[in-house]
Amino acid sequence: MSLIEVRDLSVGYGGHRVLNHVDMSIDRGEIVTIVGPNGSGKSTLLRALIGAVPVKEGRVSRAEGLRIGYVPQKLAIDPTLPMTVARFMSLPRRQPAADVAAALEQAGVPDLSDRQMTDLSGGQFQRVLLARALLSKPDLLLLDEATQGLDQPGSAAFYRQIEDVRARLGCAILMVSHELHVVMSASDRVICLNGHVCCQGTPEIVASAPEYRALFGSGTQGALALYRHDHNHSHDDGCDHGHDHGHSHAHAHDDAVMPVHQAARDKVH
Amino acid sequence: MLDDFMIRAALAGLGVALAAAPMGCFVVWRRMAYFGDATAHASILGVAIALALSVSVFLGAMVMALLMALAVTALSGRGYAVDTLLGVLAHSALAFGLVAVSFLSGVRIDLMAYLFGDILAVGATDLAVIWGGAALVLALLAWRWAALLTATLNPDLAHASGIDPRREQLVLTLALAVVVAVAIKVVGVLLIAALLIIPAAAARPFARTPEGMAVIAVIVAALSVLGGLQASLLHDTPTGPSIVCVAALIFAGSAFGSALRRA
Repeated sequence: MSLIEVRDLSVGYGGHRVLNHVDMSIDRGEIVTIVGPNGSGKSTLLRALIGAVPVKEGRVSRAEGLRIGYVPQKLAIDPTLPMTVARFMSLPRRQPAADVAAALEQAGVPDLSDRQMTDLSGGQFQRVLLARALLSKPDLLLLDEATQGLDQPGSAAFYRQIEDVRARLGCAILMVSHELHVVMSASDRVICLNGHVCCQGTPEIVASAPEYRALFGSGTQGALALYRHDHNHSHDDGCDHGHDHGHSHAHAHDDAVMPVHQAARDKVH
Repeated sequence: MLDDFMIRAALAGLGVALAAAPMGCFVVWRRMAYFGDATAHASILGVAIALALSVSVFLGAMVMALLMALAVTALSGRGYAVDTLLGVLAHSALAFGLVAVSFLSGVRIDLMAYLFGDILAVGATDLAVIWGGAALVLALLAWRWAALLTATLNPDLAHASGIDPRREQLVLTLALAVVVAVAIKVVGVLLIAALLIIPAAAARPFARTPEGMAVIAVIVAALSVLGGLQASLLHDTPTGPSIVCVAALIFAGSAFGSALRRA
């Protein structure tokens, strides 16, 4: 029994169709990622799942009593609205203070509860958003480019936390991400979206699908290469001492690798 | 005790302050200042129609304010910028209202009393209507508070929690229409928006939570009402505008104080 099921869903703003006949479903405990170019309807699909956009055709069916935790792409809090972190955590349902403190602790931001939401840094804000979404003990967690504005270590920590969340709460996670290398390593299933579902399946299957390659072009290769480079790279970092000793060879290696690495990264982002 | 007109005026003003201040916080948070203005201006048309049909002025003003608010909500997002739309509707409604009042040749009505309020002429019935309306607004806001706040913060977050932001918008619109109707007698249609916005704006620098801001706004509004009444009695000035002047002075003090604190 799926947590949420989308059948033949079409959504449009005005005359323009954003989603065309989309079919998908999320099962309990899965980590699913949606990838797709800009304007492919990723955020719209997520918003359709929570019921925030009018459905033109088809339907979205949720399991009975489904609890959804939603972390939006961005959340602008009006500066006229005073809001402490603790108060934000208790919206809309009042949560026990101990639970709020525990959730913030878990999210790695234990000392923020008295701060104003508008005073938080981008990374702190994302962590608070995630902590709030988790407080309601969701069956399904929706993350819309939740690592936007985080630096590399920050987003790596964020994804580690996501995996930990699934292990702890057993909730399903559906995320939209641009960081293809992370997607490839962290998901059970990938849905490649471009107005319609181009292809879906395990990361390996999607990465080798012609539809996916057509969308991301050589960038795909870059992303997979980057993923492997990242492995090599961290390995290199671990062998920092060796690098210091045997200089000329190591240097040549670094010089050869780094520009390619950089180029691949530029193509992806 | 209710025989004294000053006591009645103070009670009427406090009743309006109690409802208008928390409502005004939502007006400020949702950036609906012009929306409040348009709704209030439209109510003069309701007053004219009510007088022509000889029904309750409160009722006429409330229905018209509600219709105006619903019209703005329905029309916004259909090609016109919201401020343009509000500019058109607010002033058209005021103009039509003033023209409609001029047709009421049979009745000699004091237009000034509706434009600027006539708090010193509040009777026992008015008092009952004002406190009834204020209690209704407060009950509505208290009942929907968490949902209203979530929908105000972000409509998508509300959806994800199973709250329909459009429904909450409707609740606010209804509450706003009631506030406008009960405030006409106190400050008049031209200054209702001031009573909504100024106390909330003055409260903002000293509030850490939404609830705190609503409470401080109520205190500011109550002080404005009492101070304005006092000033109008001492200096023989029009009462409605005097109340708004006191509120504006408190706002100036609040803005100055928060600037000093930040410096």
